Amino acid sequence: MHVHYLDPHRSLESPVHALDGRVKFILTVAFILTASLTPYAAWPVYILLLATIMSVEILSRLGIGYVQRRASLALPFVLAALPLVFSLEGTNLFTMRLGSWTATASLEGLEHFFSVGLKSWLSIQAGIVLTSSTSFPDLLQAMRAVRLPRLLVAMFGLMWRYLFVLADEAVRLIRARAARSGRPAPSAGGAGPRPMPRLAWRAAVAGGMAGNLFLRAFDRSDRIYGAMLSRGYDGEVRSLPNSPLSLSGWLSLAGGLALLAFLLGLGALFGS
Amino acid sequence: MHHSIDVRHLSFSYPDGHPALEDVSFRIAPGEKVALVGPNGAGKSTLLLHLNGILSGQGELIICGHTLSEATLGPIRAAVGMVFQDPDDQLFSPTVLEDVAFGPIYMGLSESQIRLRVTTALGSVGMSGQESRVSHHLSNGEKKRVAIASVLAMQPEVLVLDEPTAGLDPRGRRNLIRLLRDLPQTMLVSSHDLQMVAELLPRTILLDRGRVFADGSTAALLADPDLLEAHGLEAL
Repeated sequence: MHVHYLDPHRSLESPVHALDGRVKFILTVAFILTASLTPYAAWPVYILLLATIMSVEILSRLGIGYVQRRASLALPFVLAALPLVFSLEGTNLFTMRLGSWTATASLEGLEHFFSVGLKSWLSIQAGIVLTSSTSFPDLLQAMRAVRLPRLLVAMFGLMWRYLFVLADEAVRLIRARAARSGRPAPSAGGAGPRPMPRLAWRAAVAGGMAGNLFLRAFDRSDRIYGAMLSRGYDGEVRSLPNSPLSLSGWLSLAGGLALLAFLLGLGALFGS
Repeated sequence: MHHSIDVRHLSFSYPDGHPALEDVSFRIAPGEKVALVGPNGAGKSTLLLHLNGILSGQGELIICGHTLSEATLGPIRAAVGMVFQDPDDQLFSPTVLEDVAFGPIYMGLSESQIRLRVTTALGSVGMSGQESRVSHHLSNGEKKRVAIASVLAMQPEVLVLDEPTAGLDPRGRRNLIRLLRDLPQTMLVSSHDLQMVAELLPRTILLDRGRVFADGSTAALLADPDLLEAHGLEAL
């Protein structure tokens, strides 16, 4: 049994999937930067950014519903920006009293909160489209192409490679625990079944399993390092050189960056 | 002419003081195919890890004409292809291409040479055209094949395999035996699979409690059930 569902990549036939991973990576980072740098309350630009990312979602054949379902998982984190509503001064909207503590919501604070929420939502969607339409090896290649430190990229690669192996091991451990968690049926004499084990006991078992998994991972890391050494690894991370970007790749990159630069410029006009 | 592997009076103890190898000596000639058998904990894997300097004990190891030392680790690791028991330990790169290319990259070969070596190595294990596949999507048999390709790409003089048939179904095991039979390299294979040993490896070294108890023809060793039983093995 192998755990594959952790891999967000969805193999589909679409122009977005066919686009070079390096172009997608750079454009996604640029999109997130554009969303972040767009001034607060530049609503027309937010709408244009949303239209852009949703067009890409449709073009990628992932579908808006798929991306939104995944994006919704990250929305609770937007609540971290809620204090903005009460911490910025401006046009008062309402005041809340909690004992001796008074909080006043302002229009500007509310605008900032919605702006942060929209920016996060747009950025998350861009990330989801990138990871769903690009295989992880292509993402690693893109990271190397934009000169991210090689050691860091190699660590990402190893983490991704062994995430599945560790998940498989965790599933096996959980099954082994479940297989030994049988409870005797109530006897004919009337003694009922034993009560469920206490939470503390179950937590101790889970802790033991986590420790076991850590030790296995630690052992495995030793063996992997041995395998790397035996094929000549000398501490410096090396890889095959990247192939040059095609003309269509360059054109897509230039077109995407021009659009984002235009939207950023527009943001300067509309923003507060 | 040098021996491919020349181990002289090798001893090794783990950091906790537990002795793993005691005065182990043997020689393997170029092209020879040798089995290393023994019960669990006999020191087989520990011995294999000495052959390319991952572990280092007392004694002398001369591998493909190079006396093992810090200075000769590079040429020795290029000459000895080590295939680990668990292919998930060996296939640490995201794709088959990157895994098979790993050794040639560290040998300092040019890109065209690396790609040629990858193609040739994958072809020799029956995995042509699988370069872009992701390692964790391979079956266990495919992983074993790619693990072997990852060392064949270095064109080693010696192949060292630790339990190559462990975890394979009968068809995967049969395919692997055919593959190993066709490879020309000097081979040292650690295994509990005595049927494979009988088919593939004319010479056998019996290791138990870190010491060599027998070294000779596989047929003679397998014909001695008392010796096998005394060392935790089972006659065919």
